[in-house]
Amino acid sequence: MKSSVIVFPGSNCDRDVAVALEKFQIKNQMVWHNDLSLPKSDLVVLPGGFSYGDYLRTGSIAGKSKIIKEVIEHAKNGGLVLGICNGFQILTETGLLPGVLLRNKDLKFISKNVYLKVTNTNNVFCTNFKKKNVVEFPIAHNEGNFFANDNLLNKLEDQNLIAFKYCNNKGEINDEANPNGSSKNIAGVLNEKKNVLGLMPHPERVIEPLLSGKDGSLLFESLLK
Amino acid sequence: MTISNEIIKNHGLKKDEYKKIIKLLGRNPNLLELGIFSAMWNEHCSYKSSKKYLKKLPTKNKYVIQGPGENAGVISIGEDDAIVFKIESHNHPSFIEPYQGAATGVGGILRDVFTMGARPIATLNSIHFGSPDHPKTKNLLNGVVSGIGGYGNCMGIPNAGGEVKFNSSYNENILVNAMAIGHVNKKKIFYSTAKGENQSVIYVGSKTGRDGIHGASMASAEFDKNTDDKKPTVQVGDPFTEKLLLEACLELMKGDSIISIQDMGAAGLTSSSVEMASKGNLGIKINLDKIPCREKNMTPYEMMLSESQERMLLIIKSGKEHFAEEIFKKWDLDFAIIGKTTNTKKLVLNYKDNQVANIPLNALSTEVPIYDRKWKKSIRPKKKNNLNLEKIKILDSLKKILSSPNNSNKKWVWEQYDNTVMGDTIQKPGGDASVIRIHGKNKGIAATIDSSSHYCSAHPLSGGKQVVCEAWRNLVSVGSEPIAITNCLNFGNPEKEIVMGQFVECLDGISEACTYLDFPIVSGNVSFYNETNNKSIEPTPAIGGVGLIRDLNNMVSQNLKGINNLIIVIGKTTGHLHQSEFFREVMNITDGPPPEINLFNEKNNGLSLQNLISKKLIKSAHDISAGGILVTLSEMCLSGNIGALVKLPNNNINKHEYLFSEDQSRYAIEIAQKDRSAVCDILKENDIFYEIIAKTQKDILELNNDFSIHINDLKKLNNNWFYNYNRLQ
Repeated sequence: MKSSVIVFPGSNCDRDVAVALEKFQIKNQMVWHNDLSLPKSDLVVLPGGFSYGDYLRTGSIAGKSKIIKEVIEHAKNGGLVLGICNGFQILTETGLLPGVLLRNKDLKFISKNVYLKVTNTNNVFCTNFKKKNVVEFPIAHNEGNFFANDNLLNKLEDQNLIAFKYCNNKGEINDEANPNGSSKNIAGVLNEKKNVLGLMPHPERVIEPLLSGKDGSLLFESLLK
Repeated sequence: MTISNEIIKNHGLKKDEYKKIIKLLGRNPNLLELGIFSAMWNEHCSYKSSKKYLKKLPTKNKYVIQGPGENAGVISIGEDDAIVFKIESHNHPSFIEPYQGAATGVGGILRDVFTMGARPIATLNSIHFGSPDHPKTKNLLNGVVSGIGGYGNCMGIPNAGGEVKFNSSYNENILVNAMAIGHVNKKKIFYSTAKGENQSVIYVGSKTGRDGIHGASMASAEFDKNTDDKKPTVQVGDPFTEKLLLEACLELMKGDSIISIQDMGAAGLTSSSVEMASKGNLGIKINLDKIPCREKNMTPYEMMLSESQERMLLIIKSGKEHFAEEIFKKWDLDFAIIGKTTNTKKLVLNYKDNQVANIPLNALSTEVPIYDRKWKKSIRPKKKNNLNLEKIKILDSLKKILSSPNNSNKKWVWEQYDNTVMGDTIQKPGGDASVIRIHGKNKGIAATIDSSSHYCSAHPLSGGKQVVCEAWRNLVSVGSEPIAITNCLNFGNPEKEIVMGQFVECLDGISEACTYLDFPIVSGNVSFYNETNNKSIEPTPAIGGVGLIRDLNNMVSQNLKGINNLIIVIGKTTGHLHQSEFFREVMNITDGPPPEINLFNEKNNGLSLQNLISKKLIKSAHDISAGGILVTLSEMCLSGNIGALVKLPNNNINKHEYLFSEDQSRYAIEIAQKDRSAVCDILKENDIFYEIIAKTQKDILELNNDFSIHINDLKKLNNNWFYNYNRLQ
């Protein structure tokens, strides 16, 4: 499997995700935001960070960047796209994923480990979560409050496009386990074709026991199947 | 324009100093030149009150590659790996404008580290606020924490914690000390000394604006009732640009075009150009028409004294400028060739075809006035005897201490800082020290920041010693070998004999402990004039320590690991309660002497613990500091979600004194019962005093014949203070 990680000038999880991809034998290339073409890849990753500073709405400038046209094309042709944190925010800006990411409910940056329930394991990113569908990932964001109107939320539920929901350690999805105010505790969503996934938590930061867990490995291992 | 007495005063210069300037120049300075002298001669940049004492500090051991005097200190950690680190204060700006003050404090210290070629791998901070009920404290706390987070999170550098403290002496003078740590290949370290004539002086980074003019001079004076008027002297941070600057500099550093590099920090273009040229025994000529400016019609005075952030000054080999230009263009940063190195040993500035300044560089470096200020020796206060403690309930005292602002869990703070980015954070904030792995290797560094202002205030000499030992102990507790420190010396007005005495004696204590423990100081910063309306802060030297963990499999953490294990206290408890959290929080007693330090025991206890750790006999370890044995043990229980049954050893010490005293050089360790004799044998062999005090158990912390409490209840008490205090109204 071949992947490309897009590097925006303010990306800061690009190295982390590249390390994770390589650990799982995915052959990766870094692609600069000003490049006009994408190398041949099965998977494109939009990493976390602050793409262009995000002084404007998060991800909005990246959503109009040079390379993003190629990413959209890649997704439309059925190629896989994974957006983590800022990458998720960028994907909602491009329209590849539905919804928007607002400022956290308490107006503070949140950096901590959270529990997630994997609510859709029938997609190429999540098949390995069948064996363990309550997992612990870190979050680190200021704008992770997923918002969608009721129609959209119903559609996401009906079509089973919600991949991850914030929950407690028992897998119960409730307000107390919702760190940032997201509608229906949503932490990650898929597009209709299920070839594009965006999530706020960081699977690439939990890929070995020394890093307080390795639940993130399940996502990368799923991609190999 | 004639220079009036008022102009001289507004530049923070004394009459005698002005006379010296005239003598050095052989003429009156013009306003621009006066501004440059003011920027270089102020306390913050010149260390004129502290130099005499800083010289006496130990700065070398077998690991030190670079000691004080560069952008940051450098130590070797084996193979080709070196660690670059430094701490710096941003106290005055953070009080005036907490978000930007704290943010640019982080930005500044990060530049100091990556200027040397290192990729930053962690930041820490020591932040001190006034009393929680002071009207300004809540806003300052929220602003500073958001500012630290806002900058570091955007840069993508994990925040490895530090300390957060409250005390009314900081009501009008908060402390924001930021430390940064970077990793560099030993063979690719960059320095600030310019070399060679006729080499290009290059300006890169952000444009110069009208912010932060005279910031360093502002930080070299006391505050008064007009503090709010100083807002324009605070710089505004742009972490995105700093991220670009970081990546662009590191990219350029892969090649060989850089001769030297220095960040434009305090006193901006002035100090960076003067320092680079004077260290290289050269001159420097700058054409101010070339400076990238944010606004039109900026004057030479504004350009030279602006403290706009995210800028660097480089000396590039003649003929290689285009390599640099290409890289900075790629990262969308300003790039300008603004001058040349010369052989004149002078700073010469030209603007619109006129020479606007011409100053011999020695006048700004070696000729800076140095003061040997008067100081007063302090006397070690006496103990109070015959206090009746019997009626005071142990559990109530424990609850009170654990729920107090200074001893509460600081999660509310750490959770606003990204501490897992870069994928190498092995121990997050909240432990004795944080642990960061060296990328791609199985070794790591431990880092901590400590201060003990109450101890230093009660007796500066003991306090200075103690704070070094505390940092050393924290590093030992996680299984590292302590290597070196950086210090941030926060004091009041050095022109006062008492304050200068605190400084001199704290430094004596620091020096004695550093020497004994072979724990040298490789970088640091002095912040005087932390004083408002004649009221000074408590003396607060903050010590940032770095240790090496050669094999991460030997790392130790403080959380209890299992039930039916034994807890042993290493080191002797004599029952010293003065200056303890128990006296302060429970008894409301704030006078008396701080605990004394016996450096022999300190070292012996620590080295023995290292020995036990290397033999894999330790399940968890925690240094016993603020709060004493019972608070330490509670913290181990809370972080491990495991309880303990405490049985007091048979000795003649009153149980309050035993459980809450803050005698130094002690650790609590958790060991398996089967290892008991192996552990005790090693301790005996090394003449270590130890006592078995508890056995771990499920969920409940109890003291035999006294109290019993579920750790979840204790956890709530320990966690709630910050959330309640900062709840949105």
